[in-house]
Amino acid sequence: MTSFTRGSLTLQPSLPRNRWNQLLTLVAGLFTALAVLPLIVVIAYVLFKGGSLITVRLLTELPPPPGLEGGGIGNAILGTLLVTLVASLIAVPVGVGSGVYLAEYAKGGAFSRFVRFGANVLAGVPSIICGVFVYGLIVSTRVFFGQSYSAMAGGIALAVLMLPTVIKTTDEALKLVPQELRWGAMGVGASRFITISRITLPAAFSPIATGVVLAIARAAGETAPLIFTALFSPFWPEGLFNPIASMSVLIYNFAIMPYDAQIALAWASSFVLVVMILAANLLARWLGRFNRP
Amino acid sequence: MTDSSTCLALENVSISYSGQLAVSGVFMNIPRGKVTAFIGPSGCGKSTVLRALNRMNDLIEGCALTGRVVFDGHDLYDPRVDAVEVRRRIGMVFQKPNPFPKSIYENIAFGARINGFRGDMDELVERALRKAALWDETKDKLRESGYALSGGQQQRLCIARAIAIEPEVILMDEPCSALDPISTLKIEEMMHELRKSYTIVIVTHNMQQAVRVSDYTGFYNVTAQPGSDRKVGALVEFAETVNIFNAPKQQATQDYVTGRFG
Repeated sequence: MTSFTRGSLTLQPSLPRNRWNQLLTLVAGLFTALAVLPLIVVIAYVLFKGGSLITVRLLTELPPPPGLEGGGIGNAILGTLLVTLVASLIAVPVGVGSGVYLAEYAKGGAFSRFVRFGANVLAGVPSIICGVFVYGLIVSTRVFFGQSYSAMAGGIALAVLMLPTVIKTTDEALKLVPQELRWGAMGVGASRFITISRITLPAAFSPIATGVVLAIARAAGETAPLIFTALFSPFWPEGLFNPIASMSVLIYNFAIMPYDAQIALAWASSFVLVVMILAANLLARWLGRFNRP
Repeated sequence: MTDSSTCLALENVSISYSGQLAVSGVFMNIPRGKVTAFIGPSGCGKSTVLRALNRMNDLIEGCALTGRVVFDGHDLYDPRVDAVEVRRRIGMVFQKPNPFPKSIYENIAFGARINGFRGDMDELVERALRKAALWDETKDKLRESGYALSGGQQQRLCIARAIAIEPEVILMDEPCSALDPISTLKIEEMMHELRKSYTIVIVTHNMQQAVRVSDYTGFYNVTAQPGSDRKVGALVEFAETVNIFNAPKQQATQDYVTGRFG
């Protein structure tokens, strides 16, 4: 004898539990669709509005003076690449170095806990604060050869923004490397430096590279830290210590101008930026596949 | 045992993790050119003592050692001793096979290269693989990843990697515990070859294995500390393997080797 009533084994869609099941599946599906919608719409809209404007001239020429037609965003593309390169050259060595310190050398003391906490806080700091910080530190003090706004200052502001991501991904990636691998290297007489540079870091290469690429992609699209560090320039880049154009600031400046030519350039710029960030994300995914040789 | 036949001498070695005593008061003279086995129940500290022999414990946080481990006339824990050099002369094979994520060839060449080897690398790799009885299986795929090998082959690759740098001593921490009987047999056969040129210390849970491969056996046991329920490991008996298994002097050894506990 059992104290439960046994139901039929045949599926009965009319049972309350089955009805609830269907309903909730539907609701979850609906919300998911709502969540993905902006992603698809934004990308599609930008591709549609900007994609049709892309020509060789647009990619290679300077923006026109207000009121004139034609022109391009060549200087902004070059500027974004240059500023991002400066940022990467600063943030990647410093960030990977800190990550290596945290994961391999630090013994979990107060200092390493502070650095980890600091990296987490820095990751949450609004990007405009990074801009203000670099403005106060570099631009207003004219540290670099008496220059105020410069590509260098913009690069440093983006580097500050990239640092926490690079530190955290390196730290996490190295923690995932099996301890046995380090023991194995130490066991054949490798010093700590050789163990890290020849065994541990290569083993964690793929996730670190992924994190770095994502950090670069994020930095490349930032506007706020550049507005009052790199400023903008309607001319071709004039070295690292002069104001420089960038696509994100170009969009910020041109999108609200009352001239059609400038608004078109802002759309084209959005298109190029979105494509570059998409490409970087795809590159990151591709790098992520190389987990094991 | 006289001094010239002693390879590693442990003098009143006690090891603790984060202030908690794990093994206490070990005196032991590990003979040169022989195979010495450490047996005992889990938690008795045999692996801990093994790792102390080439300063592998340095890599474990909070691990501290008192007493002396004398090798080649040096106390290995003297602050002037270079731990990296110690590990070059006292190699180690771990419980879990841990080949590097590199090719089979590079797995072996790595150790030689970082130790400044200037000779014929191909020949060194072949010699090491032959000694580890892995040459025939891998000679056609030296460029393939070490991960492409089976578990038993990976462990022999790790042994080849250890002997490629020609250490004086090889420490093995339960090298067969993750392997099937056939692979175990191959590694044991290999150890019979290796004992001609190296001092080997092996930790094993398998008493038959200790009988098959070792000349000397040390039996470790855990004992409750008086006045607390914390347990601390200690060396109970150390003698020739034949004596440990046939004529043990301690009751605990007798009980353990006859399978009455552990």
